[in-house]
Amino acid sequence: MSNKLKPVDMVIVGLGWAGAIVAKELASTGLKIVAFERGPPRATTPDFLAPQVHDELRYWNRHELIQNLRKETLTFRNHPAQTALPMRQLGAFWPGEGVGGGGTHWSGLHWRWLEWEHKMYSGTVAKYGRQLIPPDMNLQDWPVDYHELEPYYDKFEKSCGTSGKAGNLRGRKIDGGNIFEGPRRSEYPNPPLKPNYNMVLFERAARNLGLHPFPVPASNASRGYVNPDGVVLGPCHYCGFCTAFGCEADAKASPHFTLVPLAHKNPNFQVRTHSLVMKVNLDSTRRRATGVTYLDPLGRELEQPADLVILAAYVFGNVHLMLHSGIGQPYDYDTNTGVVGRSYAYQSGAGVGMLFSRDTSFNPFMGSGALGTWVDDFNGDNHDFAKSGYIGGGGLEASSNSATPIGHHPTPPGTPRWGSAWKKAIVDTYQRSTGIGGQGSVMSYRQCYLDLDPTYKDAFGRPLLRLTFDWQENEKRLMQHQTEVAANIAREMGAEHIFSRREAVRHFSIVPYQTTHNTGGAVFGAEPHNSALNQYLQSWDVSNVFVVGSSAFPQNAGRNPTGPTGALAYRLADTLKDTYLKRPGPLVHA
Amino acid sequence: MSENNPRGPGVSRRQLLKLVGAASAGALPVSSATADAEHAPAGHTPCGAPAPQQMPASAQVTTPPASPRYTFFNFEEVLFIEAAVDTLIPADEVGPGALELGVAPFIDGQMDSGYGRGDRMYLQGPFIEGTPEQGYQLRMTPAELIRAGIKDVDAHCREKYHVSFHDAAPPDRDAVLRSLEAGTAQLATVPPRVFFDVLYELTLQGYFSDPIHGGNYGKGSWKMLGFPGIGGMYADKITEYHNKRYVADPVGIQDLT
Repeated sequence: MSNKLKPVDMVIVGLGWAGAIVAKELASTGLKIVAFERGPPRATTPDFLAPQVHDELRYWNRHELIQNLRKETLTFRNHPAQTALPMRQLGAFWPGEGVGGGGTHWSGLHWRWLEWEHKMYSGTVAKYGRQLIPPDMNLQDWPVDYHELEPYYDKFEKSCGTSGKAGNLRGRKIDGGNIFEGPRRSEYPNPPLKPNYNMVLFERAARNLGLHPFPVPASNASRGYVNPDGVVLGPCHYCGFCTAFGCEADAKASPHFTLVPLAHKNPNFQVRTHSLVMKVNLDSTRRRATGVTYLDPLGRELEQPADLVILAAYVFGNVHLMLHSGIGQPYDYDTNTGVVGRSYAYQSGAGVGMLFSRDTSFNPFMGSGALGTWVDDFNGDNHDFAKSGYIGGGGLEASSNSATPIGHHPTPPGTPRWGSAWKKAIVDTYQRSTGIGGQGSVMSYRQCYLDLDPTYKDAFGRPLLRLTFDWQENEKRLMQHQTEVAANIAREMGAEHIFSRREAVRHFSIVPYQTTHNTGGAVFGAEPHNSALNQYLQSWDVSNVFVVGSSAFPQNAGRNPTGPTGALAYRLADTLKDTYLKRPGPLVHA
Repeated sequence: MSENNPRGPGVSRRQLLKLVGAASAGALPVSSATADAEHAPAGHTPCGAPAPQQMPASAQVTTPPASPRYTFFNFEEVLFIEAAVDTLIPADEVGPGALELGVAPFIDGQMDSGYGRGDRMYLQGPFIEGTPEQGYQLRMTPAELIRAGIKDVDAHCREKYHVSFHDAAPPDRDAVLRSLEAGTAQLATVPPRVFFDVLYELTLQGYFSDPIHGGNYGKGSWKMLGFPGIGGMYADKITEYHNKRYVADPVGIQDLT
């Protein structure tokens, strides 16, 4: 039997947000499109039905919806002189697997990044000059600005039924929304979710301090909603099983029901699940992709020829496939040359825990994935970098997501981890404990990057991706500052006890779960010497390969990456329909 | 605390063994030695050699407690795990202990699951000791780790206290677990802190997870904590209950299926 299948017009690698948006938006073309998904098919019925889906052990501790490391993982080290070792168990981040990708198990925080967050280099230099920028920091602008992306941000929110309140409608600032956001053409499609009590206290305290609290934009529908594509989202139940779980109510937007069924309106669209793309094949010039080689569910290695290849896997999958396939020049730390794998960034965290008086009841189990009240006053460039002592910023929030007890039984520092004293403490604090959490930006650095590991292989014989990352001074200062601001708000909220949630941060650790907001490694930019992709997400080197996802972000921001990932995917679909497919070839000449 | 718990609240390990023996009397050949084992000197020798070879005669004919709920652990391991979870989360006036909530058989079940067999772990070599930031680097699956760790800790106890862990006095058991947690105990095979952390996590999981997994019997920990379980639909309650304690009889998966 021949291992070479009939050619198709286009393949999409990965069927999470990015891949599903492109597939759905191109459905009208009728092109022969094959989407490869390494995981299983997923549907709300029967995969996410209650009560079985409300199982903390299965979904949170045993990672039902997350990547299986036995097949693929990465190696990790803090700095280039160390030997990287494999991530043998899931820890810091949870890449998704299966149709819908991370969209099935995300929380739903659905941001537009601020105008500055699309032009961190020029925005910083314009205000502060170059002297604030450390020599090892790869500070870079996006090659598109907020305004060009605004229609796509808007489209994505409407598809997801995002619940929120505008703070800047066409330039008009609106109290109660995020006054720091860029101008929006329209209000959110749904009103904000209802706050829990801790959020009420937070909002009042933040206002007292002169800050500008607002509801977190949530792709957890605050009411029943029919999106512009005719997809029905149910109202959120505030059930408290959201992050890491599928949603039985279809209230949390996820590509498995908002997008994939619409992609199937194209009779020539096909999804191949349990199908792992091993590499992108290039012709002898190494300037053109001929298709992909993949493992089918039986383990057969098949070649799928295609005119166009869209890499839409998770950050690590996109960069790994580029490096393993030889697309673009790999980043080399020693010489500081090359671009694929360059400018990886993680995201920082900060915040405080609080105990209130014993007559306080927060009912922390009533919640929704993105239910939170947030302040952006110290995020983006909304504060003075020179005064704060770092570049970038972070958002702080009081949220009410979940209080499932394996993971949530908070105790103040100094409490034993077990025994009768521990039991007494967890019962005492369960209702009167709450927190302020923060997400901070992380800049990209010369010494933080992705490349191929020289030793370890995945289950299929490919070298593992190697992650080299540690916190740098700029981010340590940011986390410290964010924690101080959080403590100020906590005091104003009336907490009896306030304690830092993190010990003094020294090195990044891959062990505890932190956030699945990884960025970079396949950065888009204006020039090929410091970007792997041009402004259209097209490989500078192999023009029929496009790479979409937060792998394109030159550095990370203090907010979730799904909003801009979706916006970039919608824009890519337009690029393909309006330009590339009419006349394939490089869209920018280097 | 659940009145439906056939084992009742606050059952000690020795009472439990008796209850298990009695409960299985109808279904299995009666093992009179089960009760005898309770009176036998603890299975140790002064020299600290492994117990099975040098057990007193009365213990050598002993069959393990005939609990049908243990499929992975052997008799010695059951005694260890029961004593360990009882030390970590004891029964007291605040609420039920791990033992009576079935945490030991929960852990047994987890050992004999995909998780215990490490089916989602990366277990390819080479195996190199890394930094704490690089995480778990052993070649052992969780089940292998727990099994090896139990042997190690029992040997450590026999050396230090001249009895196995489960026969050590409660304050000594406490001290042993603390030395594992702190990483100061010297064990033959496994790193003490790694063993402790896995045992600790499993204990919390068995104590707090949905009863469908075999632990948290009668939703005892949820009742203690005030967690209403998995059936909550709070859209019409979240505002009404601002700073007002929401109390409900907890609901588990099996209550809704």
